[in-house]
Amino acid sequence: MATKYNLPASISLQRKIVNKLMTVLVIIAVALAIIPLILILGDVFMRGAPALSIGFLARAQNPLHVSSGGIANAIVGTFTMVGIAALISVPIGIGAGIFFSEWSNSKLSTFSGFMNDVLTGFPSIVLGLFVYVIIVLPSKQFSAFAGGIALSFVMLPIIARTTGESLKLVPMTLREASLALGIPRWKTVLRIVISTGKNGLLTGILLAVARATGETAPILLTASTSIYFAKSIFQPTASMTVLIYNYATSPYPSQQTQAWGAALVLILIMLALNLLVKLTVGRKIKGARMYA
Amino acid sequence: MLGGTIKISKNKNFDSTTAKLSTKDLKANFGKVQVLKGINLSFPENQVTAIMGPSGCGKTTLIRCLNRIHELTPNAKVEGEVTLDGVNIYSPQVDPVAIRRRIGMVFQKANPFPTMSIFENTIAGLKLAGVRNKETLDQVAERSLRMAFLWDEVKDDLKKSGVDLSGGQQQRLCIARALAVEPEVILMDEPCSALDPIATAKIEESIVALKKEFTIIIVTHNMQQAARVSDFTAFMYLGQLIEFGTTSEVFEKPKSELTEKYITGKFG
Repeated sequence: MATKYNLPASISLQRKIVNKLMTVLVIIAVALAIIPLILILGDVFMRGAPALSIGFLARAQNPLHVSSGGIANAIVGTFTMVGIAALISVPIGIGAGIFFSEWSNSKLSTFSGFMNDVLTGFPSIVLGLFVYVIIVLPSKQFSAFAGGIALSFVMLPIIARTTGESLKLVPMTLREASLALGIPRWKTVLRIVISTGKNGLLTGILLAVARATGETAPILLTASTSIYFAKSIFQPTASMTVLIYNYATSPYPSQQTQAWGAALVLILIMLALNLLVKLTVGRKIKGARMYA
Repeated sequence: MLGGTIKISKNKNFDSTTAKLSTKDLKANFGKVQVLKGINLSFPENQVTAIMGPSGCGKTTLIRCLNRIHELTPNAKVEGEVTLDGVNIYSPQVDPVAIRRRIGMVFQKANPFPTMSIFENTIAGLKLAGVRNKETLDQVAERSLRMAFLWDEVKDDLKKSGVDLSGGQQQRLCIARALAVEPEVILMDEPCSALDPIATAKIEESIVALKKEFTIIIVTHNMQQAARVSDFTAFMYLGQLIEFGTTSEVFEKPKSELTEKYITGKFG
């Protein structure tokens, strides 16, 4: 007689089959997610590698003889604008994130958190349009500066939200431990809370930088494009994404190859950034051993 | 073995006006819930006072009011007075940060700063207050770790991360950290509740040694621990102080029936 504690063999087998089936489905899902990524990387690598050379990276565009030119001015342009954007959005974003985390009970926090999340999903071309109207039109000038401002709108909500969430994960008991030592609240936040949550902060900044580096639409409307190195940030500048756009749609094969080369360089920069953060910040904070 | 050589003060008439720390009609609530209903309690200097009572009686809230940590919780309110050396720490002119330097706290679950080493954890309070002199910091670290009975176990590896220690060692590290800022009073919220008997014994040993220089207030669920380490005992129930006296009095000749019932285990 089968007691209620003994499973009949048939149910046990059925469960094993369902288990296996689910495992297979999940593996297929992962494969479906990763395969396109690998294909794209492979494709970009194959099409872009022929364009790569030291000259490609070090020389500016040469409009007369394209294949002897390079994309150096575009690389510098992208870095400049992302740099300006980071200078603006990192301090403000971290400040906002601290507010979201440490004053999470206030109505202002809830409201601005909501607005922040709306801004995260904003179409970036609209952000570009906004900067076009408030900076480019009055100054009658496309500029790297305007491009940087537009990118900072893209980066800011990402940094604010990830900072806020990372700091919220820091246990309350650590704040109390610090306060109980007679350390004032602002120092507790800056020295203890932030340093405990710094992995999350840096990841958020990296995510924001990666996103900004890959933006095209806002840059089109603010920094436009150029075939020269910009002499100041108040001039138009080339950028890698706009260059890819221009060259890829051109009728000249040499430009198309360079577009792939630029795409490859862009992706390699992303990978390098990721690696950099993993190496410097990636050591996990060792979990506490709870009991002896 | 542990309780044998503790001297319990025979001064049954200890004058509450010369207490190190005392409360007057202390009330505390979380939003609408009144947790402390008017506590009048005095803590003698350089003695260990245990606060015991069943869960929910308000003992943790009480000590969190003593170093002004309770008011940091959202919707928390405190009324009444808490006097340290004759000065009301809740008066508007008093800086809560300064009070917390003088009244330190050790929490129920050890909470060393995870991004810091053992050494950095110990001197964290000093370093963040601006003390930079390396010699001073080294000396204070050694002294504090010795007083917490942790020095011998960690002296060869002070750079190890603070969270790489066992639970009992982490708690002793937290005690050392609290000691380093040289408070006058140390509040302990069930410091041994998450620890095994051997780690507990080490901490109790340090508590008894510390009372020479500090006034110690320890919340405990464990009656035997109260009997082992404390000189005075307060018994609380549902937000009120039921009884206070020397430990031997409270345990052997309790004045209140409620106390007697708790001690004999009829409820708890």
